[in-house]
Amino acid sequence: MKINDVILRTVVKGVVFIILTLGVYLFFSGHNAPGGGFIGGLVLGSGIVLLYITYDLETVHKKMPFDFKKVAAFGVLLATGSAIGSLYFNAPFLSQTDGYFNIPILGEKHLTTVTIFEAGVALTVIGTLVTIILSISEDE
Amino acid sequence: MNNLIVLPLIIPIITGVILVFLRHSIMLQRVISTITMITVSIMSFILLEIVESEGIIRLDFSGWLPPFGILFVADSFAMLLVLTASIVTTICLLYAFSTIGKQIETMFFYPFILFLIAGVNGSFLTGDIFNLFVCFEVMLLSSYVLVAIGGKKVQLRESLKYVLINVVASWMFLVALAFLYGTVKTLNMAHIAQRVAEVGQEPLLTTVAVLFLLVFSLKAGLLLFFWLPGSYSVPPAAVQALFAALLTKVGIYALIRTFTLMFPLNQDITHTLIGVMAGITIIAGCMGALAGRDVYTIGTYNVIIGVGFILIGLAVGTEAAITGAIYYLIHDIVAKALLFLIIGMMVYLTGESVIKNMSGLIRNYPLFGWIYFIVLLALTGVPPLSGFVGKILIGQGAIEAESYILLAIGFASSIIVLYSLLRIFLASFFGETTISFEDRKPIPKGAYGSFIFLAVTIVFIGVGAESLSVYVKDAVNTLMNPSVYIDAILKG
Repeated sequence: MKINDVILRTVVKGVVFIILTLGVYLFFSGHNAPGGGFIGGLVLGSGIVLLYITYDLETVHKKMPFDFKKVAAFGVLLATGSAIGSLYFNAPFLSQTDGYFNIPILGEKHLTTVTIFEAGVALTVIGTLVTIILSISEDE
Repeated sequence: MNNLIVLPLIIPIITGVILVFLRHSIMLQRVISTITMITVSIMSFILLEIVESEGIIRLDFSGWLPPFGILFVADSFAMLLVLTASIVTTICLLYAFSTIGKQIETMFFYPFILFLIAGVNGSFLTGDIFNLFVCFEVMLLSSYVLVAIGGKKVQLRESLKYVLINVVASWMFLVALAFLYGTVKTLNMAHIAQRVAEVGQEPLLTTVAVLFLLVFSLKAGLLLFFWLPGSYSVPPAAVQALFAALLTKVGIYALIRTFTLMFPLNQDITHTLIGVMAGITIIAGCMGALAGRDVYTIGTYNVIIGVGFILIGLAVGTEAAITGAIYYLIHDIVAKALLFLIIGMMVYLTGESVIKNMSGLIRNYPLFGWIYFIVLLALTGVPPLSGFVGKILIGQGAIEAESYILLAIGFASSIIVLYSLLRIFLASFFGETTISFEDRKPIPKGAYGSFIFLAVTIVFIGVGAESLSVYVKDAVNTLMNPSVYIDAILKG
């Protein structure tokens, strides 16, 4: 029996954008306020899981053809890569740096290498979360 | 500051993650993982040399000074274990190449081996007790996967028990950490040691210490080893060897570090407790080894006897005993790895695990049989092989401290170890062979290579004990005088 999920599908179409935006907002606010890679990643991951619940695996997979195990692995690579980057500059392991840059149109912005590390964390969380949910749902 | 210290942790993690992308190119995975482990072994040796000449070195992550930041500390004790663990892992990988099978290799086998060794190395190197918890978890999560890899029914049953017991143990570890942080307000191991020494080890702190003893005993298989024989006998042989060689040793390392550095003051309670537990562990392990009818049972109970024996060294606590414990720890890592690789090969060759059903292996594989004989002698403690130095020094320490009961139990266990292993030798290697020379399965060259490497290492540790003694002496000096460690971290 096919359940009638018109309401769910319609609501999700709008809501998923709000969730993803919130995820990105949390990710970037993490530097100076509550948030960060882990929490941002969790929210982004739950947005993706919501898509998987509403639509079936194939539909979502057509638009997002990622192997989420590899997304997680790439995240770890990014995070550890930014951590050992400091070895090249002969600074202690995990050292981070930051600076203010003048970017055309956007104006002066505060850029940090921590963001790369956090992006790695976020990707790892998204990859792991989605992989866990998908492997549970594949089980008959 | 020396960034070299973090490499034994971070190199395996990064290459392990890269291997995830190379899931189906097995040849490349083998090559990369071997190169990684050889590199880590060389790095560890260089670090050991540096520590020997310059004293304890530390690395404050991202420049946060102790006691505020997380740090890695390299002293001789930790580096000796990192070096041994890395070498043994390299050799076990060599064995895995020729025996493990393509199906398991594509299931992220090599990445998880690398994550396991990263966790093990991290646990040895960290100078922050919460970080120790994290590294334990890295190691355990990989071991959960490796217990179940292959997905046989018996593996799933045993892995469920293994996961449950370890999750409970990790939870208790966290509770103990919370109590510790609540009482001394710090997590840096050197700082904890300093503060415990300042206030004296009052009953509350001793209770916390006993809680840590309980947690690490679960991990090390000291007295609380009921989970060990089951879960160590189900994974593939190369993984069994790694587990038997490394996992319990990390628990033992944590026990030695905790009770020489952080809680050394109330020895009447803690060290007596460790002594009693070690004694009971050995007796129970001997019973298991005597009663065992199959190679796995005998092998796993021998692991338990080894754990008890090393911790006699800690319980006695004199300089000679601790020296012996370090020697025996190194010996046990190598010898148990070889024992389990051989056991795995026996089962592979005959398709049987019950010793009575195997017979005459030495006729078809003479070298294989004599290598088993070497490991048998080493585990018993026959000179000049690796077990001898450790046993004699622990014995000497026990006599100095007049703990004759532990002495008697320890040395009686050697006879039981000899008997249980000799039983395998007589039943399975000697006697009439049931398989003719033409029909025998050949032993893969890689497996032979790993047996020979490990056997050579065993002989080297025994004969070359003198060349190791500079490092061991330095390690003992740090363990016996916690102030050396504390000063290296907090002053300078």
